[in-house]
Amino acid sequence: MKPAPFRMERPRDIAGATALLATGGDGAKAMAGSQSLGPMLNLRLATPELIVDLTGIDALRTVREEPGHVVYGALITHADVEDGRVPDVGAHILRRVAGGIAYRAVRNRGTLGGSLAHADPAADWVNALSALGAEVEIAGPDGTRRLAIGAFLTGALSTALAAGEILVAVQVPKVPASARFGYVKHCRKVGEFAHAIGAVLVDPEAGSCRALMGAIDAPPLLFPDAARLFGGHIDAGFAARFDATAADAALTAAGMDDAVDRHVHVEVLRRAAVQAATLFTETRSAA
Amino acid sequence: MSETQAHEGVGARLPRQEGVGARLPRKEDDRLMRGRGQFIADIRMTGMQDVAFVRSPLAHARIRGIHVPDDLKDRVFTAADLDGVKPIRAVSGLPGFKVSEQPVLATGKVRQVGELIAMCVADTRAEAEDMAARVELDLEELPALHDMLEARKPGAPLVHEHWGDNVFLESLVNINIEAAFDAPVKVSRTISTARQCMAPIEGRGAVIHFDHRCDQLVVHTASQMPHIVRSGLSECLQMEEGQIRIISPDVGGGFGYKAILLAEEVCLGWLAQKLRRPVRWLEDRREHLTANANCREHHYEITLYAERDGTLRGIDCEASVDSGAYSAYPFSACLEAAQVASILPGPYDFPAYRCRTWSVATNKCPILPYRGVARTGVCFALEVALDALAAELGLPPEVVRLKNLVRPEQMPFDNITNKHFDSGDYPQALHRALDAIKADTVRARQTAGERDGRRIGLGLSIYCEQAAHGTSVYSGWGIPMVPGHEQAGARLTPDGGLELRIGAHSHGQGLETTLAQVACEILGIPVARTRLVHGDTAMTPYSTGSWGSRVMVMAGGAVATACTELAERVRRIGAHMLQARLDEVRLENGRVVGPAGDVTISQVAHTWYRRPQDLPADVDPHGLEVTAGYKPQRDSGTFSYAAHAVVVAVDPELGEVEILDYVIVEDGGTLVNPMVVDGQILGGLAQGIGTALYEEMPFDTSGQPLASTLADYLLPGAPEVPLPFIDHMATPSPYTAFGVKGIGEGGAIAPPAAIANAINDALRPVGAEMLRAPVTPRRIVESVLKARANRRSAA
Ligand SMILES: Cc1cc2nc3c(=O)[nH]c(=O)nc-3n(C[C@H](O)[C@H](O)[C@H](O)COP(=O)(O)OP(=O)(O)OC[C@H]3O[C@@H](n4cnc5c(N)ncnc54)[C@H](O)[C@@H]3O)c2cc1C
Repeated sequence: MKPAPFRMERPRDIAGATALLATGGDGAKAMAGSQSLGPMLNLRLATPELIVDLTGIDALRTVREEPGHVVYGALITHADVEDGRVPDVGAHILRRVAGGIAYRAVRNRGTLGGSLAHADPAADWVNALSALGAEVEIAGPDGTRRLAIGAFLTGALSTALAAGEILVAVQVPKVPASARFGYVKHCRKVGEFAHAIGAVLVDPEAGSCRALMGAIDAPPLLFPDAARLFGGHIDAGFAARFDATAADAALTAAGMDDAVDRHVHVEVLRRAAVQAATLFTETRSAA
Repeated sequence: MSETQAHEGVGARLPRQEGVGARLPRKEDDRLMRGRGQFIADIRMTGMQDVAFVRSPLAHARIRGIHVPDDLKDRVFTAADLDGVKPIRAVSGLPGFKVSEQPVLATGKVRQVGELIAMCVADTRAEAEDMAARVELDLEELPALHDMLEARKPGAPLVHEHWGDNVFLESLVNINIEAAFDAPVKVSRTISTARQCMAPIEGRGAVIHFDHRCDQLVVHTASQMPHIVRSGLSECLQMEEGQIRIISPDVGGGFGYKAILLAEEVCLGWLAQKLRRPVRWLEDRREHLTANANCREHHYEITLYAERDGTLRGIDCEASVDSGAYSAYPFSACLEAAQVASILPGPYDFPAYRCRTWSVATNKCPILPYRGVARTGVCFALEVALDALAAELGLPPEVVRLKNLVRPEQMPFDNITNKHFDSGDYPQALHRALDAIKADTVRARQTAGERDGRRIGLGLSIYCEQAAHGTSVYSGWGIPMVPGHEQAGARLTPDGGLELRIGAHSHGQGLETTLAQVACEILGIPVARTRLVHGDTAMTPYSTGSWGSRVMVMAGGAVATACTELAERVRRIGAHMLQARLDEVRLENGRVVGPAGDVTISQVAHTWYRRPQDLPADVDPHGLEVTAGYKPQRDSGTFSYAAHAVVVAVDPELGEVEILDYVIVEDGGTLVNPMVVDGQILGGLAQGIGTALYEEMPFDTSGQPLASTLADYLLPGAPEVPLPFIDHMATPSPYTAFGVKGIGEGGAIAPPAAIANAINDALRPVGAEMLRAPVTPRRIVESVLKARANRRSAA
């Protein structure tokens, strides 16, 4: 379990990184926290000739709070979020997700950008940030571009990143005070990758709801308008109207043949809805 | 006077702060907890080369060719190069056993994924792996056996063609089973345990060089049994045993995996001589998981016959063990199945029994003995089946057990398979467990239901652990290793310290502390002044090593015997020094005390070694160094046991299981150090939880192992292992020094059964029953959905 030989560069700016990656072509790979790439190198599942270590690029570590959203640099670690060293998009929304990723040692090194670029369907940021409607900023040899996260994630372990491009930042919309975020991860032991993820961003005042079922061997199944999963409309009583049959049918349509898998994913989504609903009562009684 | 009395007689007069029974922190932890242990991977030698192996990517294939690039010819070796090296042969003397020869580098065929085909040598492991990647294999794939039940069928592909079938050994025990057939109640179940990996934190590894001064191959290897590895290596390398020295340094967990001679060790033994340089191989986790450390896979068809009050009339069982492709040295491919037949009856007394077993060859790694060996599977099968019987009868599970458990007044008790139970009170252990877990309260809560929709379940299991079984038991199995008397050396140093020498090894058991406690009990020498010399064939007496929970009984008994003799010699010299008659002096608190004064052991040692002129001419010439041999009065084994009780909350929708409470009432006889015993139980419990809920090495139909990292092979972590309540009973063994019993494995035996029973108790109203370990969330949800569908179609 030792990597095949490779060359390593540690550029200081984004342009340097994209230039190196562009010249390296298919044989070049970016590295951030190395928590996913490292194991793949050791197992020789990845055998790049050139590794471009991004951790020397300070520009990728910045965080900007802007009206309506927060922009996180790609090198922000799970632990940065968990510990509150960067602003959250709502009360404990990202912090809660971050604290459920892997173990502390992995969270100390693993990054938002690496997690999204790796595009593991079971990864937490892939799912949580999809549910929250994030956008990514991409830089390449020919300049920068922006993509909605849904367009960025093109398949299991595949993204819209072209050769020479890196993910620079992810922009996450702030969650309005009238909304709540339910996020449930089903796994067998603490720190394990999810076997099913359910997420619900619901705003009964606005009558809106986004819902997501994830960890399905493909990018998450997103319902930008999830009213149909809750009897056609969204109000304070939405969770009780969760329509398991509709969710199940959506999974079948997405190609999930296994009934046990579907049952678990549907149940996890139901719990995410219940969790969001409970957050309303908890915050109300606290006030 | 029996040995027991002799030791107790000496001990009774000595202070107990550091002797037998003291809860003493482990001496070795000072270095281990500070990261100052010396493991195989810490060894550096000048000119040392690293080895990586080319391993078979296929489970079953004919080797048509191995193409080594020309520039690597002197750095890559295949079977054709290994002149004078014999295959590993681990033959059992049981009638009908079929012999497998395991070539240390494959010849002709490969029979498992991960089988060694070539070894590559370089300055670093990474470079050696680069070389391995360049070796091309021309393999003709053959149909592979991934399922032992398929492998047993006529017409199945053959792992070893000349056998004619795939069965290492078939056995049958029948004790009047026909008498049970008219019982009013009959319950049958198919029960199985998964193939597991042992997963000690430290994998295997070896650093080997040839020492020309001593004319010896010096083998540093992480081993539980240095002397047995020496015999195995000498057979394979065709060298005299005296030409081989095995050194086992600190060992980071063994659990049975390090009680096996590996083909890698044989290969490196040859290579070190060929290259005349130190060579090293360190197993990585992928090799560990996919190619080497497999264990546990059992399958049972079990039927219980009973009266309506729960009295067992008989047990009928067909058990298969997936033994893998080869017979492992020294325990052989049939130890597990042979044990199944003899230990399945557990601690129960009933009149009729039949058990047929098959040790089946498949295209998987050889199955190796793992902590508890066959007991974990046997306990799982019998205890889960007993709960099914209790449910069928409408009785609480403890009632069925109490009807059939051997009673204290029957001790010593010979059970239906002639196992000799030395002592114990099994019903009491079960009662204490039920009290401690507050069974009534749990059942009331269960009836009331949970607000979160989870279901509460209470599970029990009880087992017995035969430990330190010796010559009379192992000679019957006829495997390459039969334990006889155990030797220990005890030597006073000139300044009055003590050196103990044993041939077994400590790999987490705390022997450096506990054997010093045994010595302290007899000699009164502080534990801090006693050193344990072990893990080196050049410096220790012969021993079959550390396995079978035998070391405290056997090496502990030998240390006690040696120290008792040493005490006598100290007393004799002390009497000279005090100018007293021998019958006037006694050894007390590390001093020889006479009518008119005393001398310390240190003064005695100083006089013997440094001032012999002070001793009379007719002094006993044997000195202050003793090697003594020991066997308990009966060598059929000590019987420790425990009752486990566990409360779980099961989420029937997602299959998640949370352990809410865990109680262990165990009887390990006299405990030399209760803290160390607790540690053994805690570690065993963690492994038992792994067997119950997490650990599984799945294979696809072509025999590919599917878990090659710890992301896929799930081990319980700290959050998954609760702190149990441990209650000790201490019924001394009548046959051993101090009445100790072996307890090393018990913690890992009972948890799978107890946890599965708790889950089944929780799910019974739903109609789901879990009969396969590990009980994963997916299996639970699958069963729950199936039960719901059945009920719907029945309605
Ligand atoms: C034991 C363990 C448990 C884990 N459990 C979980 C879990 O429960 N949930 C979870 O979500 N994750 C889990 N992970 C994954 C972890 O979160 C990783 O941190 C994450 O997947 C990758 O981030 P990284 O910074 O380490 O990326 P790297 O490993 O450095 O890179 C991963 C991939 O992304 C590419 N890449 C990295 N950064 C960029 C960039 N800025 N632009 C373009 N490409 C880039 C690399 O080329 C590579 O292909 C676990 C990991 C381990 C080791």
